[in-house]
Amino acid sequence: MSKIDKTCRYAESHEWVRVDEEVAVIGISDYAQHALGNIVYVDLPEEGDEVEAGEEFGAVESVKAASDLYSPVSGTVIAVNTELEDKPELLNQDAFGTWIIKVAMSDPSEVDKLLDDEAYSKLCEE
Amino acid sequence: MEKELQLTCLHDRHVALGALMSPFGGFDMPIQYAGIAEEHNAVRQHVGVFDVSHMGEVRVTGKDALRFVNHIFTNDVDGAPDGQIYYGMMCREDGGTVDDLLVYKVKDDEYFLVINASNIDKDIDWIRQNAEGFEVEIIDECLVYGEVAIQGPESEKVMEDVLGLDVKDIPFYNFRIIPAEGEDIIVSRTGYTGEDGFEIYGSHDYIRKVWDRLMEAGVQPCGLGCRDTLRFEVGLPLYGDELADDISPIEASLSIFVKLDKPEFIGKEALARQKAEGVTRRIVGLELEGNAIPRHGYHVEVNGEKVGEVTTGYRSISTGKSVAMAMIDKPFDKLGTEVEVRIRKKTFPAKVVKKKFYEKNYKK
Repeated sequence: MSKIDKTCRYAESHEWVRVDEEVAVIGISDYAQHALGNIVYVDLPEEGDEVEAGEEFGAVESVKAASDLYSPVSGTVIAVNTELEDKPELLNQDAFGTWIIKVAMSDPSEVDKLLDDEAYSKLCEE
Repeated sequence: MEKELQLTCLHDRHVALGALMSPFGGFDMPIQYAGIAEEHNAVRQHVGVFDVSHMGEVRVTGKDALRFVNHIFTNDVDGAPDGQIYYGMMCREDGGTVDDLLVYKVKDDEYFLVINASNIDKDIDWIRQNAEGFEVEIIDECLVYGEVAIQGPESEKVMEDVLGLDVKDIPFYNFRIIPAEGEDIIVSRTGYTGEDGFEIYGSHDYIRKVWDRLMEAGVQPCGLGCRDTLRFEVGLPLYGDELADDISPIEASLSIFVKLDKPEFIGKEALARQKAEGVTRRIVGLELEGNAIPRHGYHVEVNGEKVGEVTTGYRSISTGKSVAMAMIDKPFDKLGTEVEVRIRKKTFPAKVVKKKFYEKNYKK
């Protein structure tokens, strides 16, 4: 079964968030990478882009389909993992060890609304 | 109400193998087992087996069988030797495509038609409606046959060594009726991957035995996911993407399968007119710059104006390039034309190319 990282909070759309002071580090869960299969492309935003909680900020694509990425929090993109441009498969190999973007949060309290590991684990079992 | 999904005779095998299952053409079908890329490469480099039992089979027999098949089919089966197979379309009067299909010539008064799962009901209605005045019997054999496709450069060896079928003398696009385990099975040298390969039609019991033997021998089970990536790379159309009720074979760039020199067939006048006067749009290939992936329905633009739509697109597993087939308005269908494909918020430059992204490797 797919792994859960206890140090993360989760969006129902299967992104994880690890909070480092005001910065949210965002990736996709192991469950998500498993459901997508071989990831062959990541459509990334640019540094400086504004993102809104629940809004699309990019996409991950498997051979078969594109799947939108939704930002779990609002703020400004301060870093983009450009390594994914050439190595999208890193998301398959280590979903929790591979971040996609870092966001300087405009409202850190949004993190409290996200699922904790137990609630997310339940969501994946449904 | 939604029709209940049908199960092929191998459904329990797919579930036991842990395949990702999804509805396709009214059937619950395996999309992938090990992964699309792994299965794709198995077929390109070695061999793989597909459950294609969802395909429909219709037998046409009777005194007028030849005349009738030629009436509903765009290719020409007149003068065909027994055991020959033809690819072509059934078209409407207006040239739109009812379905694309294979016609197996069994003998002068008997033909075996293989049609797409998603079109079974529509096709059988169409065939029956148009049979008035012809002395033919139309037999729906969809529930009779299971079907597997064994595809890849090692498929002949697997057919002989694992299944004990003598197939090396079957030429490309030919078939034999072979006695096996107390029944007559149909074995053809055909497929939908661009590789050498065979398709076997037999009873559900026989097809289950074949599948189990192939699994025991370690042949890679392949799902519809890589069936699509494989057919796409060699430019083969999929009904629903490159062909449809409102897309003619001329527009789909498949005119070599439309024999306008035949005395008559349904749609001939419309198709002859399209061929003579030219069509307003056509299926072409596109090659994108960069890694973004074009998908079905994405818009193709020139100077910000929509000039067409992607019908199928992938990052080609065999070549690594982002490529697509697309329906493009004239005059932007010319080879080398520079266009843009809109993917989410951005557009990506692309060039019109031949709709074949990988060389076929048939054994002819």
